[in-house]
Amino acid sequence: MLQIEDLKVELGGSVILEHIDLEIRPGETHVLFGPNGSGKTSLLMTIMGYPQYRVVAGKIMFKGLDITSLPINERAQLGIGISYQRPPTINGVKTRQMVSVCGGGAVDVEGLARKVNFTGFLDRDVNAGFSGGEIKRSELLQLMAQDPDLMLFDEPESGVDLENIALVGKTIARLLQKDQDEETVNGRSKMRRKMERTKMGLIITHTGYILDYVAADKGQVLFKGRLSCVSNPREILTCIGESGYEECVTCILETS
Amino acid sequence: MHFRDELKQRAEKVRDKAAAIGPDVDLEVFQKDPVDHAYLDEEDLARLEGAEREQLVMSGLDLSMKDRGGTFFQKDTSVIHCKTKAEGVEVLSIKQALQKPWIQDYYWKLVPVDADKYTAAAELDLHDGYVIRSLPGTRSVYPIQACLYLDREGLQQTVHNIIIAEEDSELHIITGCATSPHLKKAAHIGISEFYVKKNAKLSFTMIHNWAEDMVVRPRSVARVEEGGLFLNNYVCMKPVRSLQMYPTTHLEGPDAVARLYSIIVGSPGSEYDVGGRVYLKNPGNRAEIVARTITNGSRIIARGHLVGEVADIKAHLECRGLILNGGTIHAIPELEGHVDGVEMSHEAAVGKIAQEEIAYLMSRGLSEDEATSTIVRGFLNVDIPGLPEPLKREIDRAIERSDKDVM
Ligand SMILES: Nc1ncnc2c1ncn2[C@@H]1O[C@H](COP(=O)(O)OP(=O)(O)OP(=O)(O)O)[C@@H](O)[C@H]1O
Ligand SMILES: [Mg+2]
Repeated sequence: MLQIEDLKVELGGSVILEHIDLEIRPGETHVLFGPNGSGKTSLLMTIMGYPQYRVVAGKIMFKGLDITSLPINERAQLGIGISYQRPPTINGVKTRQMVSVCGGGAVDVEGLARKVNFTGFLDRDVNAGFSGGEIKRSELLQLMAQDPDLMLFDEPESGVDLENIALVGKTIARLLQKDQDEETVNGRSKMRRKMERTKMGLIITHTGYILDYVAADKGQVLFKGRLSCVSNPREILTCIGESGYEECVTCILETS
Repeated sequence: MHFRDELKQRAEKVRDKAAAIGPDVDLEVFQKDPVDHAYLDEEDLARLEGAEREQLVMSGLDLSMKDRGGTFFQKDTSVIHCKTKAEGVEVLSIKQALQKPWIQDYYWKLVPVDADKYTAAAELDLHDGYVIRSLPGTRSVYPIQACLYLDREGLQQTVHNIIIAEEDSELHIITGCATSPHLKKAAHIGISEFYVKKNAKLSFTMIHNWAEDMVVRPRSVARVEEGGLFLNNYVCMKPVRSLQMYPTTHLEGPDAVARLYSIIVGSPGSEYDVGGRVYLKNPGNRAEIVARTITNGSRIIARGHLVGEVADIKAHLECRGLILNGGTIHAIPELEGHVDGVEMSHEAAVGKIAQEEIAYLMSRGLSEDEATSTIVRGFLNVDIPGLPEPLKREIDRAIERSDKDVM
């Protein structure tokens, strides 16, 4: 379980997140909405442990441990992983090597790459000249190899073409154990699968396309550095579309 | 040998002339007398053991000779092994070659003997060196290896090498320079003259493993004829007191190509002044100079100079430096276009490892140190097109081995 309590975060001397409370239980996937610059990426980076995002109040708990001041790699080892919005290029390091690193050296890189149509990119430097959509698939491939318990997705479907969006959507669903194309998987019922589900997800999206593939449990809106509502993700999306973020925050607050 | 009398006279005049660049070295303090070592046959070489073997292997020497077409091995001043297996390739010592009339067409024909005190010393104090020549139309499958080894404390090792790739031939050479594990102070002066004839292809990969108090002054010039390709790779990952070299390549025929790659990791207290210079003199000439330097508390000057003299030439210079643990990197890229229609560019960057890249790798589970070393290795991992696989492996191995020292 991920528990964030009354979190306040500063970046470059100014407060970018405040009074953040968030709880993601095992098996749950949340969707995070919010206008540009509202602090969504910042929240993910803070959970991952980027030191420039300074936690000045509150705490982050994961699997019962206070991880607020843990370095990035220790959080990764505890089972937190992230698919970045804009990852850096690593010159001279091949994607193949990177995926292998993610899997602790014990994964079938080719096999995983095939699942996201990425075998042709394995011998290229990580993110070097990758298109927007290719970056997303590269990030997903790395997460597949890492297979963390809590997955943070920063706009996984932005920049992805219509054909690949299904691939991305289904891959995320599989990662989060939310793939439900079939009534039963390995002879187990949907109900059983739900009970056995342990993976946690937090997905940032502007479009909500991802909701067509991943049955998210909750939606949240981040507005001006604050998490402003918790509700059904579809409802939030409709509301934002009809009346904008600001309206939506108040309206849903009132109804719930 | 009269032809050398005139050379010696010219050399005498510049006995004390400092080089145009780089710290001046007092060569008087070094000993130049011959140091005799017994000739070793193949079995002897294969039996070499311990730290000495390790040094040789690190410099790319394959002591089993399995993957090599021939071997030249000079220890201090003596040639201790010289043999070729590959058909169409000749390997001989320069002392032997100087007995033959044809050598006059090559010896000191590219490097001026009176350039500075080091070229002068190379003529006046010449110990030996190698001549490697591929016959016209031949293609060597395995690289030829040449090793210049320093064992005697305080010695000035002085060599002159000539490499000739005859028309339509393909020749690959790996050359290692190394010092024995106990050696601290010595000097190495090496002249190299490269002749790449019409449509020939020559790759020359040099791996240096020096000692902390070594002074190294190579002087090399290459001449590439029409359609020829000269690929020059340089790797130096070990300490050295002072290394200064500025190899020059002249593209003398249309469509001749030169590509120079260097990878240098500077240790604390070491000083490197290195670079490459290419003159593009004919239509269709191409040149690329790529340098990757890392300093760990050393001083590195990384030079590059491209001179475009005619239209329809293309040249690029890439110089990237990483400051890991103090020290300085001074990148000096120079482009000189003399006419309309040259296409020349450079990119130079000096900095530290981006924190963002370290964090990225850490978020995939690597510790900060592991992430740093992965990025550093990536930085040094230059793609060198056209380099045969065994030579790529040698470069990778040199980088792998030095990994510990870098961190
Ligand atoms: N180094 C910095 N110093 C100060 N403010 C910064 C710095 N970097 C980013 N910010 C600001 O922090 C705010 C939150 O940015 P963040 O990237 O978290 O937004 P976001 O919600 O992910 O936006 P988007 O939807 O555009 O991706 C923005 O206003 C941004 O400009
Ligand atoms: Mg963002």
